[in-house]
Amino acid sequence: MFACLHGTGNLAAVAFDFSPLVERTAPDTVTCDVAGLDRLFGAAQELAAALARRAAETGAQAAIALAANPDAAICAARGFAGVSIVPQGDEAKFLGRLPVALLGPSAELRETLERWGIRRFQDLAALPPLGIAERLGEEGLRLRELARGEAERKLTPLEEPARFEEELELEYPVELLEPLEFLLARLLNGLTTRLATRGLATNELRLHLQLETRATHERTLRLPAPSLDGKSFLKLLRLDLAGHPPAAPIERIKLSVNPVKPQAAQGGLFVLAAPEPVKLELTLARIQAIVGEGRAGCPELLDTHRPDAFSMQRPGDGQHCPKAPVETGAPLAFRMYRPPRAARVTLASGQPSFLAAEGIRGRVLKRAGPWRTSGDWWTTDPWSRDEWDIALSDGALYRIYCEVRGWFVEGSYD
Amino acid sequence: MSAAVLQKQFESLLGGHLGWQAKPAVETVPSGVPEIDRVTGGLPRGCLTEIFGAPSSGRASLLVSILAGATARQEFCALVDAEDGFDPLSAAAAGVELPRLLWIRCGHNAEHALRAADLLLQGGGFGVVALDLGDTPAPAARRISLTSWFRLRRAVEHTPTVLIAVARQSNAKTCASLMLELSRERARWSGGALDSARLLGGMRVAVARRKPGLTLTAAWETGALE
Repeated sequence: MFACLHGTGNLAAVAFDFSPLVERTAPDTVTCDVAGLDRLFGAAQELAAALARRAAETGAQAAIALAANPDAAICAARGFAGVSIVPQGDEAKFLGRLPVALLGPSAELRETLERWGIRRFQDLAALPPLGIAERLGEEGLRLRELARGEAERKLTPLEEPARFEEELELEYPVELLEPLEFLLARLLNGLTTRLATRGLATNELRLHLQLETRATHERTLRLPAPSLDGKSFLKLLRLDLAGHPPAAPIERIKLSVNPVKPQAAQGGLFVLAAPEPVKLELTLARIQAIVGEGRAGCPELLDTHRPDAFSMQRPGDGQHCPKAPVETGAPLAFRMYRPPRAARVTLASGQPSFLAAEGIRGRVLKRAGPWRTSGDWWTTDPWSRDEWDIALSDGALYRIYCEVRGWFVEGSYD
Repeated sequence: MSAAVLQKQFESLLGGHLGWQAKPAVETVPSGVPEIDRVTGGLPRGCLTEIFGAPSSGRASLLVSILAGATARQEFCALVDAEDGFDPLSAAAAGVELPRLLWIRCGHNAEHALRAADLLLQGGGFGVVALDLGDTPAPAARRISLTSWFRLRRAVEHTPTVLIAVARQSNAKTCASLMLELSRERARWSGGALDSARLLGGMRVAVARRKPGLTLTAAWETGALE
């Protein structure tokens, strides 16, 4: 069964709401395959009525026709106003009264048919095929088939525009996150279904909230890997909105996603499976809700000699540089004090002999230094300091340093 | 009817001895320090391992060595840092692949650290999850209830994750499957500013396995921090 819409308005959008197989036959004509929709809508009349309703909702004005083959539906839609249902097997009779000009014959053929007195479909359909083949050739035969409603062909499918966004205008402003979550779940469900039907996934969610105060609240969530897990998306959005709540009640919600191809990765047989990317993102979002934003991630060393210079990256963003395992056993590790603890240091013969800082106090039993470092002297933020490693009477080994602002304990060796 | 009689009846019906009580051998992973692996047999997966000792006793060095080994095996690891004291520079020098290490900075809050560790274990997929309470004051660490440790132990059970807790003293008690007490025997000084290995050249660390079974001891030398 095929349906044809002929008229004005966004007919392709109407057709895509009913079928994935849509052909743009002409700028004002759209044909779609509606086979199987009888299970959903029942009789053809119901389906035609649903099509007419949807067209009216979108503001399109169109004649609608349903037929067993696409060309019969096209002829009926172009020839009759309103809704037409071409009965299967009676196409020739149904279309018989339509003018031959509707079939779009060439000027020469139209003149010939006019001379013969063939003006309607039924006149052309009644002519013998052999005679037409002899006198009018291949084009004449095709027109006769169309006039009899017997032409069979496949549709040339139109690719549906990839527009993955959902919008919802609310009757009453939403103030709480819980009802908002229900609405977001509805929008996400539609988007993920649409992505799934096209074999796509997403790596970015964009939420645009229009507030009662006419202000907008926008949030963008980027995922480390493409996914289609609507439940996880909803949890991520909830955590993000809990951390960054809108300043006023919400009047309009717009949610869009970035469609990308799903990622397939083959894990190593003897390698422990890494955390699933979306699950890890969800865990990270939950942890950041506890410890604070930007306090969870993979550390990345910066290209500088400045002490304690690093940045936090999202897992998966950093570059993997496989290293050879260190073969000399466990090297000495260091524990930083962030921020460094200001210290009072007593010097004896120019070397530290006593240290007092927050939570640390004792005589210096052993020391080594100074280790002089400096850098960034060409910038507005230079640094320069003298480092000492000391063993204190409290039993621990510390690194202390002296700079322009005074003495500090940077951390301990452990 | 006693359990023993029931078991005999089942065994006679099924035609053989049933290893009902037999536990499967726990899989272990190397710690990166052969001396420790000799006395412990490695760190057990799906169990809590507790590393404790005074400040500067080699706890962080051992932890970094474990993380370096795990990331070299391409495992994804997590470090829950209660006191925000992790030094990425020395860790990278020890061979830790930083892109494979998730670092949670809890900003001097042990409770946040416990919750974060719990979430990580529930999420799964990590080779090593380390909870570093090494700089947390002893009274604050002692206030962590045994229930919390039990919860962590249950969360890591039947998973391939190695859960490690580092502290000044033993806190997890019965919840830990392996307990290692570290102490510094001596520090090795480089002797001056002209030495290439900065100032402190390393230290010799003694380790005592307190659990399971009898106490076993070993010692190892750490390398210098370059």
